[in-house]
Amino acid sequence: MSLPRPPKKNPILRTRAPTTPPGGRSRVALGLTTAAALGRLELQVCRDCGTVQYPPREACHACLSERLRWTVQDGAGELIADTVLTHSNDLYFRERLPWRLGMVRLDAGTSVVAHVHGDVGDAPARIRVGARLDRAGQAVLVAFPEQETKDMADDRQLREMTCDPKYRKVLVTDGKTPTGQAVVRALVDAGADLVWVGHAEPWKQYAGFDAIAGLPAVTPVPLDLTDSRAVSSLAAQIGGKVDIVVNTAEHHRTFGIGDRRGLDAARAEMDINYFGLLRLAQDFGPALKARAADGDSGACAWVNVLSVYALANFPAHGTFSASKAAAYSLAQCLRAEMRASGVRVVNVFPGPVDDEWNQLVPPPKLAPSALAAAIVKALRDGVEDVFPGEVAQDWLARWRDDPKALERELSL
Amino acid sequence: MARANYDGVVACVPVTVPYVRHSIRGAHWFLARALRELIATAGLAKSDVDGLCVSSFSLAPDTAVGLTQHLGMSPRWLDHIPMGGASGVVALRRAARAVQAGDADVVACLAGDTNHVESFRLMLGNFSQFARDAVYPYGAGGPNASFAFLTAAYMRTYGATREDFGRLCVAQRENALAFPHALMKKPLTLDAYLAARAVAAPIHLFDCVMPCAGAEAFLVMTADRAKRLGLPGVRILGTIERHNAFPEDPIQLRGGWAMDIDDLYAQAGVGPEDIDFLQTYDDYPVISLMQIEDLGFCAKGDGPAFVRRHTFTNDGSFPMNTSGGQLSVGQAGAAGGYLGLVEALRQLTGRPLGSTVPDARIGLASGFGMINYDRGLCSGAAVLAGTSSTTRSKPRAPDTGSTAAVRSAP
Repeated sequence: MSLPRPPKKNPILRTRAPTTPPGGRSRVALGLTTAAALGRLELQVCRDCGTVQYPPREACHACLSERLRWTVQDGAGELIADTVLTHSNDLYFRERLPWRLGMVRLDAGTSVVAHVHGDVGDAPARIRVGARLDRAGQAVLVAFPEQETKDMADDRQLREMTCDPKYRKVLVTDGKTPTGQAVVRALVDAGADLVWVGHAEPWKQYAGFDAIAGLPAVTPVPLDLTDSRAVSSLAAQIGGKVDIVVNTAEHHRTFGIGDRRGLDAARAEMDINYFGLLRLAQDFGPALKARAADGDSGACAWVNVLSVYALANFPAHGTFSASKAAAYSLAQCLRAEMRASGVRVVNVFPGPVDDEWNQLVPPPKLAPSALAAAIVKALRDGVEDVFPGEVAQDWLARWRDDPKALERELSL
Repeated sequence: MARANYDGVVACVPVTVPYVRHSIRGAHWFLARALRELIATAGLAKSDVDGLCVSSFSLAPDTAVGLTQHLGMSPRWLDHIPMGGASGVVALRRAARAVQAGDADVVACLAGDTNHVESFRLMLGNFSQFARDAVYPYGAGGPNASFAFLTAAYMRTYGATREDFGRLCVAQRENALAFPHALMKKPLTLDAYLAARAVAAPIHLFDCVMPCAGAEAFLVMTADRAKRLGLPGVRILGTIERHNAFPEDPIQLRGGWAMDIDDLYAQAGVGPEDIDFLQTYDDYPVISLMQIEDLGFCAKGDGPAFVRRHTFTNDGSFPMNTSGGQLSVGQAGAAGGYLGLVEALRQLTGRPLGSTVPDARIGLASGFGMINYDRGLCSGAAVLAGTSSTTRSKPRAPDTGSTAAVRSAP
């Protein structure tokens, strides 16, 4: 069912305080969250006997092997029973009743409890199970209709697990770069209500900025992440209205340690990439947290455009990599601090973007529009970690396989 | 190998610590009261009780071990049974073996829980690892949601209607009106049952037990000892227990009883047609229907038809949950797993607190417990007989729909 435009906020009514669904999990169950953070449904599969099992266990329930591997599943199955909760013992769900749940028999041979999308018919019905992060940041299973339905993303329960920009107000911190401009366009196309787009030095003309600023949903705002006072000032103006922050601001120079004397370039990178995030988080974070349950389209997400170089230093862009690693670490802190409110921190780790600062990096490179599309998709899917493009996926696979080996490969 | 019988052992001294909706006491208080009443009624000293068997959720962080020091006991045989609704039957069969083997002379079997205003909600999220990982985050509906799935699947598979479940609830309420400890004191009509608000459809208000505080208890000792003490006892004809039965079933439409009923009735030397009353574990009515089927009172899937042709009242056909069951008495935590068994002891010794099942000689008490994830894992059943009756051993006949297992109304 299509979601109607939310009414304007009634200033007389109390803003609902944020709550989150039950977030306790055993360590072994966090494997589901690890995969869901990347947008995947993975279940434990026994390497010895092939049994697919759920809930997560410490051993295979069929053959007792401890050799269990989290493996991608297609989620195909049948809804065999469902219910609509009209009572709950938990504050979060009490405020969101009625709530539909079901028992699903996966074709893989195990039964799972899942949230049920509103477009799924009465049991028995063929469905497809996917994993999503709920507002507690933990993985939950969702039963979707087998075939895509119209306005599927608008489902009330599903929107509790996603950060769909539709009908939301977004701040994009830097609209002067190709990436920033592509992100603005993608958000407008995704149905964002309003996009504030920052520009640090309004007197300078940058290609493409005027076209972005002229879009009906877009409002340019002065924002220089190196200026604490400027960040505070903007937060005071719009901080209480922003639903999603997308931090696209970035300073990127191509130096290692030995090929440029002094600290100027490295300091400038840190000032935007690391301290800029810190300034932004200190000023916009509290307001976002406070509005995390403000109606059906309240504050929901904070997106950091990092770099896959944050995982392992790319020596040719050594100081840039270091600033992104610092930003990544800070983003983990932000994620932890945001978690109690349910605001999701989405970290995006692109490989080299096809822009002027990657001129000498050979292809494949990521088009700014592809990066922007990946960000919007991540918000719609409720994903937490995004590695868009072939290079990022390749680095991720190598890093997960053996971080030390990746370090050595990058030094050659 | 044929299983040894339980000759020479009896269960006696049924005790109930009156139920209250909420209590500021701890579980230890309810268990202490139960033990005190057990020994006072039996005319024993506390030190005569040399075996202790405990079931309680809210006793935590203590277990039966801590309770021995709390109550100043030095038993030589101790068991802690965390099996919820199956605790009563399991305690009985273990205690009986201990007495039979001489490992203990007198075993006190206790089950009880307190219920603070907060305790039910707090327990739900930490009931089990699977519940915390894979059920509670889904709406935090607790057992209502889990039983909604089972009930919906049962209704669809076997054609049961809400009226079928309602008949059981209404009949049990009638039985409860005569039972002094029942928390529900008002009659329930089928119309009121059907009009109740939904909790997790198809589960509605009167399908749900009310959590409360209270305790149930009994003693197990040799028949000779009971006789010397002048205590009317109940013989154990046969028992079963089973855990995680039928794990491959996509959803629970049957319990472990279905695996073990041949064993149960073979050991007991009686069949379902000999049973004068049934005490099911009834936290939700659907599970009573499953027990009626799985314990052989009708064929699988015939539960709805069976419900439509019986009254389930103590004075009618097929007396069931004769004190009102948990649905009308309340669910005092682990004591819910003892309720039917303790009531069976009262009926079979001719001393019910409420209305009497006429000529009750053989009763069956069943247990079901622990929705660990998507289904109840523990099941058990015990066939019991009063000491004055003699065991009948008629050939077993399936319920044909009209006469077998039907008691004619007086």
